[in-house]
Amino acid sequence: MKKKEVPQDKSNLESANFKELCYAVDDNGEYTTERSSGWEPKTVALNNAIEEINERIEDAKKRVIAGETSPIEYYMELHKMDVGILASYVGFWQWKVKRHFRPSVFRKLSHKTLNNYAEVFEISVEELQNISK
Amino acid sequence: MEIDFTHHQSAHCENGVVSNLMKHNGFSVSEPMVFGIGSGLLFCYIPLLKVNHAPVITYRAMPGHIFKKFAKRTGVKMKREKFSNPKDAKARLDENLEKNNPVGLQVGVYNLVYFPDEYRFHFNAHNMVVYGKENNRYLISDPVMENVTSLSEKELEKVRFAKGAFAPKGHMYYPIAFPEKLELEKAIVKGIKDTCKAMLAPVSFVGVKGIHKIAALIRKWPKKKGIKTANHYLGQVVRMQEEIGTGGGGFRYIYAAFLQEAGKLLGNEKLIKLSKEMTDIGDLWRDFALEASRIYKNRSAQTDSYNKVADQLDHIADLEKVFFKKLKKAI
Repeated sequence: MKKKEVPQDKSNLESANFKELCYAVDDNGEYTTERSSGWEPKTVALNNAIEEINERIEDAKKRVIAGETSPIEYYMELHKMDVGILASYVGFWQWKVKRHFRPSVFRKLSHKTLNNYAEVFEISVEELQNISK
Repeated sequence: MEIDFTHHQSAHCENGVVSNLMKHNGFSVSEPMVFGIGSGLLFCYIPLLKVNHAPVITYRAMPGHIFKKFAKRTGVKMKREKFSNPKDAKARLDENLEKNNPVGLQVGVYNLVYFPDEYRFHFNAHNMVVYGKENNRYLISDPVMENVTSLSEKELEKVRFAKGAFAPKGHMYYPIAFPEKLELEKAIVKGIKDTCKAMLAPVSFVGVKGIHKIAALIRKWPKKKGIKTANHYLGQVVRMQEEIGTGGGGFRYIYAAFLQEAGKLLGNEKLIKLSKEMTDIGDLWRDFALEASRIYKNRSAQTDSYNKVADQLDHIADLEKVFFKKLKKAI
């Protein structure tokens, strides 16, 4: 890549007001660095990934309202986690976390367990129990 | 207190931390030099791990390995510590700052408040330097950022004790002893040999073979997983390749910069020529990313277009196979 070809496309970096460093060659073929504001192919990939996450969050929300899963799954998606990551944050086995997705099990969870989840999601136990709040 | 520490922006966090800590201790070592000596370049498909519900490919060595190999090959002694208790981790950090010793930290990105929201994923192999503490805020030199920043005690604890794959567990590291004179020549040769070995490894998911493997998977994804998932997977491949920190082209440009610098240092014309070749290969990786982005941008791709990008990868793999064989002989 030539220094003058380092892409300067619009990207999500703008919001944080920073540019990333790329390596490129100057006119004499010498390696140097150049800041880049972004490159469209990866901005599209990132935006698609975010869209995908938002779809997952929406889907989880619908299923919570329909009584098919517990709010824990919704908050897990909201925090871009999967079961493995959530399990390691709350310190439970993955099968246990999955069990807590069942609304009937969720309703009977102790305050302590609920608090465990609430702390990880940085919300109150009430917010955990009622996702519309 | 604030330690007199100079922040230099780098492409990749781990190289950047090493390069900045070396410079702080009076040894001028560039980012590409750290990357090359530490054998940072790699291609590896990790079959059992999924991130963001998509397969994981890495274009670089495992977190921490660049630093470890660089230190060993140059004779720099490193101290590394992990903690089970955040309190101990904080105490050891404060102790080092008291002693005017800036340290490297491994952290998770998800709770890194100064990162743009869109970039905050559960990725735990980010690196930064802490170079002081003022009004209970830690002074942070994050190599990928243009400028220095700061984090509160709580914010820093959160990122040091992020959970999930590669959990940092408060991981802290810093050099404790240096050789009298830094002799890079032997270290460069070792670094290059190691990279050639990895890229030519007879393992189906590593190096050149790994690139062929991914090409084969890309051909299968649309039929096996459906267009939506295939595009999600393909997007993740491009993101891993071009993410902040790669310097572009899946680290190929940083590696080319290293070969150029190494060639001059060793007086080896072959390396300088190979640097140009690596740049061309990097351009092909960029072309692949561009072509792939056309697929997931339109969302209604035909199997043909997947085959086309897979062909591009197969071509790159063939070129890299020849390249690393030549590189092995050049030193």
